[in-house]
Amino acid sequence: MRLGSVRVSSGFLAGAILTALFVGAAALSYAWTPWSTEGLSIASRLRPPGGEHWFGTDHFGRDIFSMIMVGARTSITVALVAVGIGAGIGVPLGLAAAAGRGGWLDELVMRFNDLVFAFPALILAILITASLGPGAINAILAIGIFNVPVFARLTRGAALSLWAREYILAARAAGKGAARISFEHILPNTANLLIVQATIQFSLGILAEVGLSYVGLGAQPPTPSWGRMLAEAQTMIYVAPWFAIFPGLAVALTVLGLNLMGDGLRDALDPRLKGRA
Amino acid sequence: MIAFLARRAFALVLTLLAATLAIFLLLEVAPGDPALTMMGMNADPEAVEALRRELGLDAPLVTRYATWVWDMAQGDFGTSYTYKTPVSELVAERLAVSAPLTVYALALSTLIAIPAGVFAASRRGRAGDYAVMGLTQAGIATPNFWFAMLLVILFSTVLQLFSAGGFPGWEAGFWAGIKALTLPAVALALPQASILARVMRSALLDAMGEDWMRTARAKGLSRAQAIRRHALRNALIPVLTIIGMQFSFLMAGAIIIENVFFLPGLGRLVFQGVIQQDLIVVKSVVVLLVFAVVLVTLAVDVAYALVDPRLRERRA
Repeated sequence: MRLGSVRVSSGFLAGAILTALFVGAAALSYAWTPWSTEGLSIASRLRPPGGEHWFGTDHFGRDIFSMIMVGARTSITVALVAVGIGAGIGVPLGLAAAAGRGGWLDELVMRFNDLVFAFPALILAILITASLGPGAINAILAIGIFNVPVFARLTRGAALSLWAREYILAARAAGKGAARISFEHILPNTANLLIVQATIQFSLGILAEVGLSYVGLGAQPPTPSWGRMLAEAQTMIYVAPWFAIFPGLAVALTVLGLNLMGDGLRDALDPRLKGRA
Repeated sequence: MIAFLARRAFALVLTLLAATLAIFLLLEVAPGDPALTMMGMNADPEAVEALRRELGLDAPLVTRYATWVWDMAQGDFGTSYTYKTPVSELVAERLAVSAPLTVYALALSTLIAIPAGVFAASRRGRAGDYAVMGLTQAGIATPNFWFAMLLVILFSTVLQLFSAGGFPGWEAGFWAGIKALTLPAVALALPQASILARVMRSALLDAMGEDWMRTARAKGLSRAQAIRRHALRNALIPVLTIIGMQFSFLMAGAIIIENVFFLPGLGRLVFQGVIQQDLIVVKSVVVLLVFAVVLVTLAVDVAYALVDPRLRERRA
């Protein structure tokens, strides 16, 4: 299949559609949801899925379909900002480390990477919430910090191989400094890799946010979030299994969409595959 | 080899020191006063002050950090504010659940993933390959605790085979313990097995494309023999790295999964510690987990060096 001049796989297309669906639902939820997610209606609590409430209702009588739409906002925002933090700090660090290869900055960046990698993301989040208290902002911070070394390492690796290229030598001969070369020549050439990695980190970020809010360290009530819906659903898993099934399905489909899109992008953008396609 | 080990051990100690310092500083900025938390909000200010002195909270930062690390190095993790028992005892008790769960899940993940990856690679581009790739794609996207809930719904309500949670304790017998850990371990293993199967598949495909594979076939080995004797061995190196990395994901995942199955493991301990501001417990558990991650990374590096002498210098 072709989109403009780029060949895309059907996997990419399926992923893009799924992602658009959930991002669209999150955006739409600001303007419209089938039911209000704020009012409590004890009379209609724990209704099974049906014509009136497509995905059933929760223990407060809130419509699960509407809650999922609103919850999408939280997960998507947290993951997106966390990717922004990771790339915003990690990419310049990686570029700087590669430009000063073998120097003190390079060493410092790599040791910082090793340090952060010693903390599993969840452990880092626990530490941050133990210190600053639970909440969406601290979840963003925890996931964001974890993203920094991922981007730093990737950028450094890619940049190191680019620094050996002839066009970089030409730029140096023309009198450009390391910082200018990094941003004008190195960065655009690592963009493909970074876009693919950002998609992957986005999907990991959603999983991390859901996990954090599931254990009570993410967004706090009354902000609806997929993770907390699952935590609440767990206590009534025998009476209302649909309450546990649908929010989880939303998470899985969003992550699946992003992963398919990431894989498709990688195949489409990888120069080695491009020649063969 | 000795020099290699010494260098790695030194790096391990440095990483641990940096990690403890980071943990210490992060928790140092925490609002709230542990002495006040222990005594309650209405406590006599003088009594709180006395307790602060007793806990050493009035000492300068550097002294407190040094004392904490030094005590830990000797096995003294301090006393929990809420449980009033030594943290080392609490942790040891919980570790008897969390550690077997992690190892069980790692074993399951490896046992599922390696055959699945080899199967997919040897049937590249055919239906079996697509089936494995599709299933693993779904496995990666599924949050492990949600999968755990689905398992609970399926096994304990629909099929009524397993208990829905809780842990009888190892006193109840080895098999009773294993039975209670089986669903949690399966839930934990699934996403990791999916990732590992994909790594196994692509590593094996890479190895199968090497020149020496053609040589192996040319000297008369069948395709299956060549894969078993040569490609598989070479493909296991990246797989080993991922298995090492997965240990840390599984350990972190275990503390979430414990919630679903009401297992009295480290997870419950640390989340209660966060909520009750029992920071000494949080600190100790985090240090322990980081120590485990760093140690496993070292073990993988050493395993590498044993398998492949070329890596001894490069990875040092």
